[in-house]
Amino acid sequence: MDFSVLTEHAGEIGSGFLMTLWTWIGGVALALAAGLVIAVIQLSAGPWIRGALRCYIEVIRATPFLVQLFLLYYGGPSFGLSLSPMAAGLIGLGLYGSVYFAEIFRTGFTSIPQGQIEAAQMLGLTSRQIVCRVQIPQMLVLILPALVNFTTILGKETPVLSIITVPELTFVLTGVGAETFAYVETLLALCVGYFILAELCSRLGQWLERRASLYLTQGVRTPRTLKPQETAA
Amino acid sequence: MSVLPLTKNGHEVMLEARGMSKRFGEHTVLRDISLSIQRSEVVCLIGPSGSGKSTLLRSLAFLEAYDDGEVFVEGELLGYDRAQGGRRVISRPARLREVRRNMGMVFQQFNLWPHMSVAENVMEALIRGRRLSRAKARKLALETLEKVGLVDKADAWPNRLSGGQQQRVAIARSLAMSPAIMLFDEPTSALDPELVGEVLQVMKHLAEEGMTMVVVTHEMGFAAQVADRVVFLDGGQIVEQGAPAKLFREPSSPRLAQFLKNYLERNSLFDDRPAANGTCL
Repeated sequence: MDFSVLTEHAGEIGSGFLMTLWTWIGGVALALAAGLVIAVIQLSAGPWIRGALRCYIEVIRATPFLVQLFLLYYGGPSFGLSLSPMAAGLIGLGLYGSVYFAEIFRTGFTSIPQGQIEAAQMLGLTSRQIVCRVQIPQMLVLILPALVNFTTILGKETPVLSIITVPELTFVLTGVGAETFAYVETLLALCVGYFILAELCSRLGQWLERRASLYLTQGVRTPRTLKPQETAA
Repeated sequence: MSVLPLTKNGHEVMLEARGMSKRFGEHTVLRDISLSIQRSEVVCLIGPSGSGKSTLLRSLAFLEAYDDGEVFVEGELLGYDRAQGGRRVISRPARLREVRRNMGMVFQQFNLWPHMSVAENVMEALIRGRRLSRAKARKLALETLEKVGLVDKADAWPNRLSGGQQQRVAIARSLAMSPAIMLFDEPTSALDPELVGEVLQVMKHLAEEGMTMVVVTHEMGFAAQVADRVVFLDGGQIVEQGAPAKLFREPSSPRLAQFLKNYLERNSLFDDRPAANGTCL
């Protein structure tokens, strides 16, 4: 084996790595935002909208990501939707991830006791305030492990983007392999690259979970120190 | 200030149910309930479990949407708007909040928000709803916590408090919004027996200050001492109501007599207590 191939193409590989990181972060951000919106709408909307969302979730969950991506990128133009590989990749990851995140958020919402919500309603809080101030802060702590888990899974779906020519790590390294016939070296490098990313993600997740559980058991966020004028006379 | 409807005696009606019914599917939980509560009146709802007393209270707050009849809060129809053609539609959330603005509610399970400190629990609605500054909200929160004797716990976390303390925080959280009517849904049922007293004490003070209160309770002693009127429900209907002295000493319906007898038997320490019509309450 000759790993010098890797050092010779270090520049390309580095930019591929960064591209993977960027599509991952972008895709997760889109998926999280869309997932939260879907979950909130599912909570409050009428039966028709809920049914439509249910269908959307089922369809996305039942079809492979690769097929969805092909449909978006190659099929898009027939619907008047011409996307660059990068845009198609990000939107594809966002759509694919949104339904899984939506399900995680939905479990989170239902885990908050109804009584806490009723108390908030009786105190005149709006539904938006209840979601933002009562439900989300509490449920984030509970669903964080699931969120981190699916974020890692979504990271490992990013190689699929290489098929629509997004120049991310897999695209670059398989290219280098084909060019130099160093297939094994490049595939091993690929494994190492994704391992580093997944490891980063899980470390970040562990750190967040630790913070969150401290927050829940109320060690970290000691209540604010009082300013003198705030103390009751 | 709206002009409130008056009773025959010239009292202001704060809360009124007229011919209200509530069904869960096929099962009728409340049947044709009419109840009128005047300013400063303390009304206790008693009855066996499943009699509909909690559902009645929750309907008076529109936490349950009643099906027939009407509920008026300070003269305003609660939960529904009149639509064209005499039909009615469920109010928009903003309208519901408006009609409920002077109503506070205390729950059996306290329902404090565990991710906020005691003071923050009380401040939340003041900041979000009443649009007070943090400083003003905190000042008001501390004043209200003082009333329930928990100002020293302002920066504690709810789950570090005893049940009784949590319930007093929940009462303070409602009181801080300066409600005109307070609804209590079995406020002491989830408490250890020795913690019941401190909560009832706070409620007693509130009653003495003239708060209009509707209390679903199993505490007959509290009802006897504090209530102006006790309402006995069974099978989703008001069976009997009246002043506690009258109701507890001379129940006119056999069902209430039986209910009181069971209560006394359950709560008597020795067998030689007089078992008849509850004279020892």
